Amino acid sequence: MTQLPLRAQLASALGRSAATLSRMTGRGDGSVIGGRVGLLLEPDLLRKLARDRKLSLVSATNGKTTTTRLITSALLELGEVATNAFGANMPAGHVSALSQHKGAPYGVLEVDEKYLPEVLDTTGAGVVCLMNLSRDQMDRAGEIWLLAQKWRRALSGKPTHVIANCDDPLVTWGASTAAKVTWVAGGQRWKEDSWCCPECGGPLDRKDADWACRECTFHRPEPQWALDDDVAVDPRGQRWLLDIQLPGLANRSNAVMALAVAEAFGLPVDRALPRLREVRSVAGRYTTVERDGRNARLLLAKNPAGWLEAFDVADPQLPIILSVNAQGPDGRDTSWLWDVDYRILRGRPVFVTGERRLDLALRLDVADVPFTLCNTFSEALAMQPPGRVDVIANYTAFQQIRSEFGRAV
Amino acid sequence: MPSDSALSIVWIYPDLLSTYGDQGNVLVLEQRARRRGIETETIHVRSADPVPETGDIYLIGGGEDRPQILAAERLRRDGGLHRAIARGAALLAVCAGYQIMGSTFGGEEGQPVGGIGLLDISSSRGPARAVGELVAEVDAALGLPTLTGFENHMGVTHLGPGVRPLSKTVKGVGNGDGFEGCYAGHVVGTYLHGPALARNPALADLLLSWRAGQLTSLDDSPYEALRQERLSTVLQP
Repeated sequence: MTQLPLRAQLASALGRSAATLSRMTGRGDGSVIGGRVGLLLEPDLLRKLARDRKLSLVSATNGKTTTTRLITSALLELGEVATNAFGANMPAGHVSALSQHKGAPYGVLEVDEKYLPEVLDTTGAGVVCLMNLSRDQMDRAGEIWLLAQKWRRALSGKPTHVIANCDDPLVTWGASTAAKVTWVAGGQRWKEDSWCCPECGGPLDRKDADWACRECTFHRPEPQWALDDDVAVDPRGQRWLLDIQLPGLANRSNAVMALAVAEAFGLPVDRALPRLREVRSVAGRYTTVERDGRNARLLLAKNPAGWLEAFDVADPQLPIILSVNAQGPDGRDTSWLWDVDYRILRGRPVFVTGERRLDLALRLDVADVPFTLCNTFSEALAMQPPGRVDVIANYTAFQQIRSEFGRAV
Repeated sequence: MPSDSALSIVWIYPDLLSTYGDQGNVLVLEQRARRRGIETETIHVRSADPVPETGDIYLIGGGEDRPQILAAERLRRDGGLHRAIARGAALLAVCAGYQIMGSTFGGEEGQPVGGIGLLDISSSRGPARAVGELVAEVDAALGLPTLTGFENHMGVTHLGPGVRPLSKTVKGVGNGDGFEGCYAGHVVGTYLHGPALARNPALADLLLSWRAGQLTSLDDSPYEALRQERLSTVLQP
């Protein structure tokens, strides 16, 4: 990297000090406050920190943190990588991530969907990875059709190489103004936000993974990469058994996206894939916490699409604890609970907790899913027989459980 | 409703307007009918398909600006919903769906877009987004308990003489004039998500009773627990 101007060096150093203080005083992991301090002193800090690095931005409504981790893991094969591993995915988090690894020639940044245009403009990232777009915390995140429209404008006229999931019509539309796109057939489990053509509003005809508008020419592009069960198919038709440790279909899809991004950085599959297999948990997701012989596996689900993914991972033989909050980061409106089909849980022992457990209780009652209401997560856990139990929680509910059990896991 | 046929619930354009839990209104109606032994049949009408005119209760939900404009165009061209309402069907229209029922609403850039004229209202884009919990006292003529729900919209809705306000707001923005929602005949419009019928089972029963006659009472404890928690949290000083 070239040397940063003095002001940017100072801003970056002070930001790191603030981050250290934040960690030492137990206020957080420091990745937001540090960046904020840096940006206050040098508003152009992100641009300066991004200069001369090879960057990939990662955005979607689901799987951002995990895919960022997978790509980072792969690129470590090439050299040092700066990344916002803890999901601080707005510009302050990006500043913090790049400040902490000033010498890293590579950067992988998870980017909040709304901030993608701004962060792309500022960093001039060479690669952008786009996985999916679905309804998500609409009381603050806004509208996804509009969001895809903003992606189109941001990508238009830039030399950015986009890696995009062509099984998601809205992502395809959002990505298709880019100069260069590598299409990945990454699958789409949640389809309720893509029955209409993003281009003209006409009905989309869907057959298996394929889709096309009945009224205009918009259709699914031919993918270069594909996921076939547990196998990644590369652009040359070569098949690679993924065999990753992260569970579930959504993570296999994230892994194929990561392989495609790695190849865009010049890293071949045979070197990237072993690195992906090393990833076991991501910011606490999929880890198991233990108390009194109960082993609870933590699954994060922030929106309806995320719940479908979590159901795919959860073991139908096990009891399950569900915890739902509605704090700011979760979205304060719990209406989304009604978009999730909970009937899959019929027949399992279901335990309901979280600050908005009464919302979830009514939702399950209407779905004819029997459940036990618990005031706290600890109470729910104590009601389990010794052994394994699955836990699905939304964002702040998940963080509360992690804090209670210590972040070490 | 003929006694020998199922109560027909028609969900209009879930592919365009079902952004946030609107399916919940369908599920609550189904459950509350089912638990009373009333057989139901639910029809999901996609935007490329005609709206049947022989349904009993019609539901239309919320959505983004563009799908809202498309839905209005299609409903106007289709005419099925107008014919159904003329036959006495009930309708619950939520948020974007509520605005569509009027003469005009605000489009993507705030421009006026023609609605379908089933309610004597007109909407436009307001100065700021109204987001948050809403509490309102329902028009006494309807005999319903306090309305609770979550609003998330930028609309301001003016009520004409052909409708009555559904409720008077205690907390929240609603129509923007101190009232929330409106009704005329068997057509009810509201800004409330939550979804509205899950938060307000008495409103669900009102819609059901318009088509199925007098209803037996149900054990509403999961509904009541949620209502009490929400109302006490939202109204606490």
